[in-house]
Amino acid sequence: MKIHEYQAKQILKDFGVPVPEGEVCATIEQAAETAARLISAGTPVVVKAQIHAGGRGKGGGIKLARTAAEAKAAAANLLGSKLVTPQTGPEGQLVSKVLLERGVDIQCELYAGITLDRSRIEDVFMVSTEGGVEIEQVAAQAPEKIHKARIDPVTGMNPFQARELAYKLNLEPEATKEAVKVFLNLYAAYSQRDASLAEINPLVVTRDNRVIALDAKMNFDDNALFRQKDIAVMRDPAEEDPLEREANEAGLNYIKLNGNVGCMVNGAGLAMATMDIIKQAGGEPANFLDVGGGANVETIGNGFRIICKDPNVGAVLINIFGGIVRCDRVARGVVEALGNLEVKIPVVVRLQGTNAEEGKKIIGEAALGFKWADTLKQAAEMAVEAAKGGAR
Amino acid sequence: MSILVSKETRVIVQGITGSEGSFHARQMIEYGTRVVAGVTPGRGGQTFDSMVPIFDTVADAVRDTGANASVIFVPAAFAADAIAEAAASDLGLVVCITEGIPTFDMIRVKRLLTGRKTRLIGPNCPGVITPGACKIGIMPGFIHKPGVVGVVSRSGTLTYEAVWQLTERGIGQSTCLGIGGDPVVGTTHLDALRLFNEDPDTKAVLMIGEIGGTAEEEAASFARERMKKPVAAFIAGRTAPPGRRMGHAGAIISGGVGTAQSKIEFLQEAGITVAQSPAEIGETVASVI
Repeated sequence: MKIHEYQAKQILKDFGVPVPEGEVCATIEQAAETAARLISAGTPVVVKAQIHAGGRGKGGGIKLARTAAEAKAAAANLLGSKLVTPQTGPEGQLVSKVLLERGVDIQCELYAGITLDRSRIEDVFMVSTEGGVEIEQVAAQAPEKIHKARIDPVTGMNPFQARELAYKLNLEPEATKEAVKVFLNLYAAYSQRDASLAEINPLVVTRDNRVIALDAKMNFDDNALFRQKDIAVMRDPAEEDPLEREANEAGLNYIKLNGNVGCMVNGAGLAMATMDIIKQAGGEPANFLDVGGGANVETIGNGFRIICKDPNVGAVLINIFGGIVRCDRVARGVVEALGNLEVKIPVVVRLQGTNAEEGKKIIGEAALGFKWADTLKQAAEMAVEAAKGGAR
Repeated sequence: MSILVSKETRVIVQGITGSEGSFHARQMIEYGTRVVAGVTPGRGGQTFDSMVPIFDTVADAVRDTGANASVIFVPAAFAADAIAEAAASDLGLVVCITEGIPTFDMIRVKRLLTGRKTRLIGPNCPGVITPGACKIGIMPGFIHKPGVVGVVSRSGTLTYEAVWQLTERGIGQSTCLGIGGDPVVGTTHLDALRLFNEDPDTKAVLMIGEIGGTAEEEAASFARERMKKPVAAFIAGRTAPPGRRMGHAGAIISGGVGTAQSKIEFLQEAGITVAQSPAEIGETVASVI
């Protein structure tokens, strides 16, 4: 799960990581008042659009204001607008909050981040003197400028590791001490909050050698939200695709894509493979949808409704492997779930596994106009062809 | 023979009185698996289906029944503890079916298993089956057929699809192993290739992978250097968008790492025959035997 910058900064602040003085604002008036309070002689404020996607600076979502009037204008410009960044896609993301922060006198920009190294099965803490640019870019162009510490899951991050990392950054002694504290506190926030990523980029050193998180990004392990209730409530439904939100509430795993062939599959791996074969048959998948290993009447019905709400969908491919839940039972489930709905688009059904023949018979006898496919390849070709008949 | 499980394997079901645990305990028994005990704290002394004794702890179950493996169906919040409990009794094999265990719990359990004799399969996996001999998990037994192809996969139903394609062509399997779709799993593709490589009755291996991480590449590097048997593969997720979790917690392309295309190219360079379509898995395996 992703959260906004202002939420991540609040968490980091609670764990003792210094962040700029600021306030999140949802209205222009609030932004104007906040700006008036934050701006003092010579110190500007920064107005930052709060959306999950990165690349906000490039998209014009971060503005510097020297007066309260400028800050108000910047907030008015951003609030309610759709911000397009390299990561949002062309349609952009609605900005409903801006974060106003007092400007910071920057000496240098660093990077600090922690995430799981999957191949080593250990958290890895990374720092770099190359702050303010994407860390992937640094990793590709100057990997020697990234310093890493591997974290033992039993002891957690040891203070000596934080010191070793801090010394690699060649800071003034005072700033080094501050950086050590920031690193240990960042790790504490990451591990105690079940984060999957905690990143401060840039982490800045001020001219008076304070170390401050100028930006903050935290992602969380969905599997751990049951014990991180105060994190779970930070979820912003406005950031999610409406269909994905609806599917999520129905307990389905759905991801909207841009094609015209809808697909409903049991199991994530088979669902991905079904998307792949749709593409190979000359079509484009409209979605990923895993209705779960069992595929019952309720999940099939909900899944079908959600797929059909996508106006691009011209045909639906149902691909279910009947294992312990046999094909005849899955077929009855499909007939029962879809028999009650007004199905206006072509539906191709492919059931494989136990009792596939009985399944075929049940689908045929139901006379719902569904097309039966014997093989996966045939199913994909039929669905792609049917979808060419045109979206509604 | 096979790897990991055989007719001699004596299995404990942890969480045998829950709905999943009891359903699949019956399915396993029906398949012929020697389910010797169940564990549910607070239910010790009772009997499951008037044949399987239930114990409060794994230690009690092992002491009384001589079990050497366990399968875990307990809820996600308690599953890491259940794995640790099984490892504390030095069971040789622990298969964790449970989905949704927090990553941090798994990192710690994985560390706890270091240097112990317990091999963990999963979590978030269908389990392991040696056709005709022993099934520990939730896969449909009857789609399998005894034979010489070892199968290892991160997926559930996609594995069934692949196994079915093999069985329909008359190609049997030595052992089929679902390692699970989470980012942290007990047994990796690489571990599975090592085991199949040493198993005299496995003549070829089918490896089914998907986007996310680099586990398939690590297995392929081993295959290139050390594998004495042909390997066929399929990688799911060519059409998966980056940055999105495709159902499995571990199926995500992040920072450009873990795309299907990069995995496929890596595998092919390592001499592995990769099926281009999920419909061609059976014939791809047939072509390498």
